[in-house]
Amino acid sequence: MTEAKLLTGNGAAAWGARLAAVDYVPAFPITPQTEIIETISKWVRDGSMDAKMVQLDSEHSMLTAAGSASLTGARVFTATSSQGLLYGLEMLYNISGWRAPIVLVNVSRALAAPITLEPDHNDVLAARDTGFIQLHAETCQEVVDLVLLGYRIAEDMRVRLPAIVNLDGFFLSFTRERVDLPEADKVASFLPPYRPTNPFSAERPVAKGSAVMEGDTYSYFRYHMHASSLRALDVLKEVSREYEKLFGRAYGPVEPYMMDGAEYVLVMSNSFTTLGRKVVDDLRARGVAAGLLKLRMIRPFPADEVAAQLKGRRAVAVFDQDIAPGSGGIIYPEVVAALYHEADRPKVVMPVIGGLGGKRLTLKELESIFDELRRAEKGGTVRPPGMFLMRQEELERVRTEMVTAGGDVPA
Amino acid sequence: MSTTRFRTLKDLPAEDYLTPGNPLCAGCGGMLAVRLFHKVLGGNVVWVNAAGCMTLLMTYPLSPLKSNWLYTAFASAPAGAQGIRDALDVLASKGKISPTEDLKVVVVTGDGAAYDIGLQSTSAAVSRGLDFYYLCYDNESYGNTGFQMSSSTPYGSASKTTPPTEANPIGNTGTKKEIFEIWLAHKPPYVATLLTSQGVDFMRKVEKGMNVRGPKLFTALAACPPGWGFDPKDSIHVEKLAFETGIWPLKEAVKGAVKHTVVPRALRPVREYLATQQRYAHLFHPAENAAAIEKIQDGINAYWKAAADRESLQIALVD
Repeated sequence: MTEAKLLTGNGAAAWGARLAAVDYVPAFPITPQTEIIETISKWVRDGSMDAKMVQLDSEHSMLTAAGSASLTGARVFTATSSQGLLYGLEMLYNISGWRAPIVLVNVSRALAAPITLEPDHNDVLAARDTGFIQLHAETCQEVVDLVLLGYRIAEDMRVRLPAIVNLDGFFLSFTRERVDLPEADKVASFLPPYRPTNPFSAERPVAKGSAVMEGDTYSYFRYHMHASSLRALDVLKEVSREYEKLFGRAYGPVEPYMMDGAEYVLVMSNSFTTLGRKVVDDLRARGVAAGLLKLRMIRPFPADEVAAQLKGRRAVAVFDQDIAPGSGGIIYPEVVAALYHEADRPKVVMPVIGGLGGKRLTLKELESIFDELRRAEKGGTVRPPGMFLMRQEELERVRTEMVTAGGDVPA
Repeated sequence: MSTTRFRTLKDLPAEDYLTPGNPLCAGCGGMLAVRLFHKVLGGNVVWVNAAGCMTLLMTYPLSPLKSNWLYTAFASAPAGAQGIRDALDVLASKGKISPTEDLKVVVVTGDGAAYDIGLQSTSAAVSRGLDFYYLCYDNESYGNTGFQMSSSTPYGSASKTTPPTEANPIGNTGTKKEIFEIWLAHKPPYVATLLTSQGVDFMRKVEKGMNVRGPKLFTALAACPPGWGFDPKDSIHVEKLAFETGIWPLKEAVKGAVKHTVVPRALRPVREYLATQQRYAHLFHPAENAAAIEKIQDGINAYWKAAADRESLQIALVD
């Protein structure tokens, strides 16, 4: 029997680890991830989860232990956020280079300075080039499902790369939603025991992480990692079919919403997508041919799926909840690159940045994106540098704060 | 009475796990320490390495080791050891691996990782009581990058980042950290210093560590021919002088009780040790820096005076 529970995103992540029957959980606390490791600690200590949990001295150490345990043969789960992900970033490259298929849950939180707690995606997207598979969740249900799919993909020998499952801090981490928990015995059939590749052994010693002194050898391994990552697209589609048969839910690399006949499309990911759906519904009710494309898989980037969904549309907006100062949104150029070789690519692909540091996103703001899309499409151009969402009252509040802080307020 | 396998150098195990042929420098004291350590431990080992000279032991696709190896990163080899130890334990308890597959987990790093960038990771592993060995080969510098100062570099040593100049004729003016004391403050069950020139003492200490559960921490002075500036054939000679001048005391701490294991009857003047190495040449040429040499000698005398008082040692200091 499927068990329905009211779970936070963090609780769903912990359940993902429990259902995946992980052997080892190295941990280090950071807001807003802490509930995950507190929940698992309790389960390990009361015996409801047969795993070893150890608290390390930093995310750098935590990720080192995660990778080395995986190479030894343990199925490993860990979780972090924000500064922690960046503190351990060096090890993410190592773990993928070791081909250690751990699953790491990142609870998104914007990056210092200024230090803050609420989410945006600059943390997880800083890990976009590490070799980790990246799956981003919109709902608490998706969190538990993506953790299980994450292990299946990561451990698949066609991929054999670690995976990050991302969920938004606060908006998802602390929000309770109905979650249908997959049955443990069915999960066991979906996710067979982890078989490590040449683990450390007394019988048959191995060397891992050896230095490579020649560029040709280094290049070979890096190209190979890229090819393996790309294969994760088809592996996701394949295992998603199996998952759907068992649990009734399917998860492709992208998720189209109201895309039939859509002329104006908003591309977005993570928890704010739920707001995007609502705006698309409202616009459709008013006769606007709006649609939404959710990106679930960020690495590998599903370029073919994105192109297939967006070609032939009149205008597309890419909503980045992140900012690369001096460039713009991080996902935007990836969508543009995916479309470039399509003959009937949209006339307009507009960059939009919003929701930084958890800044609230109103339905009206999302609607204004579609207004701007229609204007740009008529004029055939995007006003550079695109849209930066901020409401008048928000701007006024910041100005008041600047006065309080004793600073000069720019006009 | 404790019994030991090691009474004379003839008891050195014949089996070599670090075989000839690797890219390390001729006369590398660190490599010799790894080789001796391994002989005593035996074969069922996984080495967990941080960035340093020993990283070059394992250059793809070759391996001079008959045991397992993982290169981690500069700062976190002890955390790598934690993951391996924990995984071996949890897999054994779940019956996923056979008990014969158990391995001794040995961190091997230089002093840069041990004293500086990896100190936090080490501190945490010891405080968690991790069952592992730590072997630091202390060449008193960032040796692999070409001999820059570390916090293990002694007062008066030249390095590439503390070159002696007219304005600063001393070279490094910092104080070498006491890693033995830092480790000891964590209350591990066993800590020891090592010298490959004192082989019997070396082997007995490793043997002692093997009978202890928890963190077993070893630091071996690692004579470094290119960095310190001496002929590779003289490595053992230089280490021997480090013992005889008392600049590298041989000691251990069993459950916190510190004891010097081999003590020179009479200290030789430290200048004899310093004079063997190019890194101290500026203390002698063009003119002798008597004050600096005296400061080093005074430090050694003070150390041994305190040790002699504490342990009732018979040792003649240098006037």
